[in-house]
Amino acid sequence: MGAQEAASAVLVARNLVKVYGSGELEIRALDGVDLTLYESELIVLVGASGSGKSTLLNILGGLDAPTSGEVLFRGQPLDLRNDRTITEYRRRHVGFVFQFYNLIASLTAEENVALVTEIADAPIAPREALAMVGLGDRLQAFPAELSGGEQQRVAIARAIAKQPQLLLCDEPTGALDSKTGVLVLSALERVNRELGTTTALITHNRATAGMADRVCRFSDGRIIETTVNTHRTPAEQLEW
Amino acid sequence: MVAVHPLTMKVLRDIARLKGQATAIALIVASGVGVLVMSLAAMQAITSTAEAYYDRYQFAHVFAEAKRIPRAVARDIARLEAVRTVEARMVRYATVDISGFEEPVMAVLVSLPENAAAEVNRLVLRRGRIPDPHRADEVIVVEPFADAHDLHLGDRFSALLNGRKRDLQIVGVALSPEFVYTIGPGALMPDDARYGVIWMGEAVLAAAYDLDGAFNSVAITVWPGADMPSLLARLDALLEPYGGVGAYARNDQISNWFVMNEIAQLRSIASIMPPIFLIVAAFLTNILLARLVFIERSEIGLLKAFGYSHATMAWHYTKFVLIIAAGGVLVGWVLGYLLGRWMTGIYATLFNFPLLVYAPDIDVYSLSAAFSIVAALIGAVAAAYHAASLPPADAMRPPSPPRFRQNPGGLQARALARLDQPTRIIFRQLLRRPLRTLLTSLGVSAAVAVLVASLQWRDAISWMVTDFFDNQQRQDISVSLVESAPLAVARALERLPGVLATEAYRSVSTRIRFESRHRREALIGIPANGQLEVLRDAHGRNVPLPEHGLLMSGAMAKILGVQVGDVVRVEVLEGRQPTLTVPVAATFETLIGTPVYMHIDALNEALEEPRTTNHLRARIDERHASALFARLKSLPTISGVMLKRAAVDLFNKTIGETMYVVIAFYSGFAVLLAYGVIYNNMRISLSERGRELATLRVLGFSSGEVAYMLFGEAAVLTLIGLPVGCLGGWLLAEFMATGFETELFRLPVRIAPSTYGLAIVLVLFSALTSAALVARRLVRLNLISVLKTRE
Ligand SMILES: Nc1ncnc2c1ncn2[C@@H]1O[C@H](COP(=O)(O)OP(=O)(O)O)[C@@H](O)[C@H]1O
Ligand SMILES: [Mg+2]
Repeated sequence: MGAQEAASAVLVARNLVKVYGSGELEIRALDGVDLTLYESELIVLVGASGSGKSTLLNILGGLDAPTSGEVLFRGQPLDLRNDRTITEYRRRHVGFVFQFYNLIASLTAEENVALVTEIADAPIAPREALAMVGLGDRLQAFPAELSGGEQQRVAIARAIAKQPQLLLCDEPTGALDSKTGVLVLSALERVNRELGTTTALITHNRATAGMADRVCRFSDGRIIETTVNTHRTPAEQLEW
Repeated sequence: MVAVHPLTMKVLRDIARLKGQATAIALIVASGVGVLVMSLAAMQAITSTAEAYYDRYQFAHVFAEAKRIPRAVARDIARLEAVRTVEARMVRYATVDISGFEEPVMAVLVSLPENAAAEVNRLVLRRGRIPDPHRADEVIVVEPFADAHDLHLGDRFSALLNGRKRDLQIVGVALSPEFVYTIGPGALMPDDARYGVIWMGEAVLAAAYDLDGAFNSVAITVWPGADMPSLLARLDALLEPYGGVGAYARNDQISNWFVMNEIAQLRSIASIMPPIFLIVAAFLTNILLARLVFIERSEIGLLKAFGYSHATMAWHYTKFVLIIAAGGVLVGWVLGYLLGRWMTGIYATLFNFPLLVYAPDIDVYSLSAAFSIVAALIGAVAAAYHAASLPPADAMRPPSPPRFRQNPGGLQARALARLDQPTRIIFRQLLRRPLRTLLTSLGVSAAVAVLVASLQWRDAISWMVTDFFDNQQRQDISVSLVESAPLAVARALERLPGVLATEAYRSVSTRIRFESRHRREALIGIPANGQLEVLRDAHGRNVPLPEHGLLMSGAMAKILGVQVGDVVRVEVLEGRQPTLTVPVAATFETLIGTPVYMHIDALNEALEEPRTTNHLRARIDERHASALFARLKSLPTISGVMLKRAAVDLFNKTIGETMYVVIAFYSGFAVLLAYGVIYNNMRISLSERGRELATLRVLGFSSGEVAYMLFGEAAVLTLIGLPVGCLGGWLLAEFMATGFETELFRLPVRIAPSTYGLAIVLVLFSALTSAALVARRLVRLNLISVLKTRE
């Protein structure tokens, strides 16, 4: 690993192991994973269902603690078992997007975003974040008044409005049709490009891999293959 | 092996999973059932005991007193229609001196027929025997009196019979249906040590009171279906020439009146408290079940797709409710049985029944169970119907986010715009389901109201005690004279050791008539600017005494239908028995009785007996009390002495023993109610919004901030509920006071600010306890699993 690369590493995971259950029923969801996320890169994680992608993302985002191994954020080890520090880490540095949009039903699109900007250090305005995902005209809509793709784009706006260092997306297009999915991916791509947010994206769709800088393939709790794309395919041109 | 149906298994698992909420609802049902069983069982114990006792010992249906009725008249009474048995007897009051007991004691002397056992108001001989007719000194005493003084068969004491001191010997100890509640004249409650009943041979009494060949009291039993009003009227007419002071039925007999009043109060409790608990239980059941059906809608759809019928699905959720209600009923039965037994035990000491059987019958249990189960079913019906009517396909589809709406620029939007997002979430949640918000707040209010209404008894009682004993009755002792005497006796009393000041009063038994209505009442003559009895109204204001005319209690004015300025006829029932016509000069509200007052000088003048008294009040120096009591006991002119200190002590002791325990129980139930409502609200919120709260945690909100959003809702509901509950508590107190109101007694509603404060603190305490329990679940909220699934 070169000095320059090390300097631009946002997040480093070392030898992560996650074991569920014990004895006969033991499941090794992660079985020694090493991964480094660099400044501004877009990385796509692919692999069969149950291969450990979500587990990894949850640990990187501070939602879960590994059985062993460590995570360094900007060179500092993260204490993933301390609720205070981990809440702080999520609050300041990490944005999440899930398959289910998890918007707050009682808040409008703008308010859902404001929810995060109110507690962030250097946020962008909720309107601006929504404009970035193409929803500048739906500020006052409640989640129930938005389509699935629109809800997911609000979720992206909410995740990026605080200008996180890391954007973690777990199958964000999993519940969407291809056309809507492309809109969502374009929004992610734009955020990555314009704000330089380091983005990790789990997908089941092979085509999505084309828009990444790097693609990691998972199997049985390990990364079995990493491919570097020399050329990123724009999201609009992805073939589903 | 019997296979449990999977759906039955599911009900049991659902209950196990929702055990916190199921328990809270079951406990509220248990409280309602407990109060119902307790009051019904205690009521039943007293009612059936009184009935059996009255029947077996021939408690009279009608009573009448007169000055002196010739023996022969008894036969005329016996010939009146509907009369079954007549007991002609003598009843007089006397002071009693018991060695070792310093204070004067009052007793009522009742004659025993010479040659036969009494046919009416038969005695229950507990120990000893009936006095020998040839032995003038043999008597029977009432059991609680004997117990209070530790008197045994063969013991002796003395009594002043018509001014002559007589030595008496106890040969028997008995109880009588006529003296179940042995309360002395003018007393607020029974005082077994200072008021007793003594039965003695009729010849002895006749000789002592100059009643040879006559009697002064009659007790009558009647045949079933007797026309009471007409019998009373005939009896009045018959006794009129002999100084009859009005016949009255069992309902107005003092001892029985108190027994019946207690039953009425228990009935009133049974009809007010349990419904509150059961309505809240129904409401909570409704919310819990609605939530369960919502969560399980896809399972319902699946089961229906498998071919389960609508009815099966409805029954499935109904079963869930029935099991919770049944649990509550069982606990309530046990609780109610124990509380009822405890209450009945209190009644056993309050009322002198020969035995008090506590065996609540099956109706009490089945009635309480039926009420609770109906309440639970009412709570279940909407959700069960919803489960039954969900179309399978619809049920399988995930729900879209709940709808929220607002009118941009509207009042609500502008108000919310000032808030931060977490606070906005709280208010939008509350406003989205206004009915549920309202009902939950009302549930909290109900708890506060029951608390205020229970705790305020303390205020009412302490206000009454202070007002009555401190502000109104300012004497230390009051002395009744056997006969009216010149005012000079007041000065004679003043010269006794330890007496500091005296005031003379006059009490005359009268029948007051206005148009067709009439009523017996003692007309009390009181001095102007009296210092030892200060008249005060129900609101604690001093009432000025008019120089002429009657000062009448509002209750009496209502009975007679008179207004200030009306002229009433006052038939004096003693002495020369004149009839006076007197205007009603003023009325005022009283808490106790139906008194009528008049300026003593005006009264004496009207009676043409100037400067006469028969009742004295005095302030005394405690240090000389023993010497004073010793003198009072030996004065033949005195028929009774009442000590204020003893009355206050007794009042506080009796109230302390019973009232506070009852208040504590009701308060406990109310706290449970608050806990159930708030806990359920929090759990439903957590269930509905667990996902949202997990999302917020993922977004970087701390557990504290998330807790704010969850508990904020309950906090707002509680805060709305508190003032409404205080208001409700006041209304409930007023309502109960009206329900308990009798001619004899009206309860003041005087809620102290601290009572509201205590109610609020207790409800906040339940809210905090609920929050603490739910917070544990919030901490354990699994972020990943919540987010991975839909709902
Ligand atoms: N909470 C859990 N308890 C037990 N096993 C789990 C849990 N979460 C995930 N697993 C298991 O860990 C493995 C990896 O799961 P996951 O990371 O969700 O896979 P992916 O996201 O690649 O589909 C799977 O075998 C899964 O069953
Ligand atoms: Mg996954």
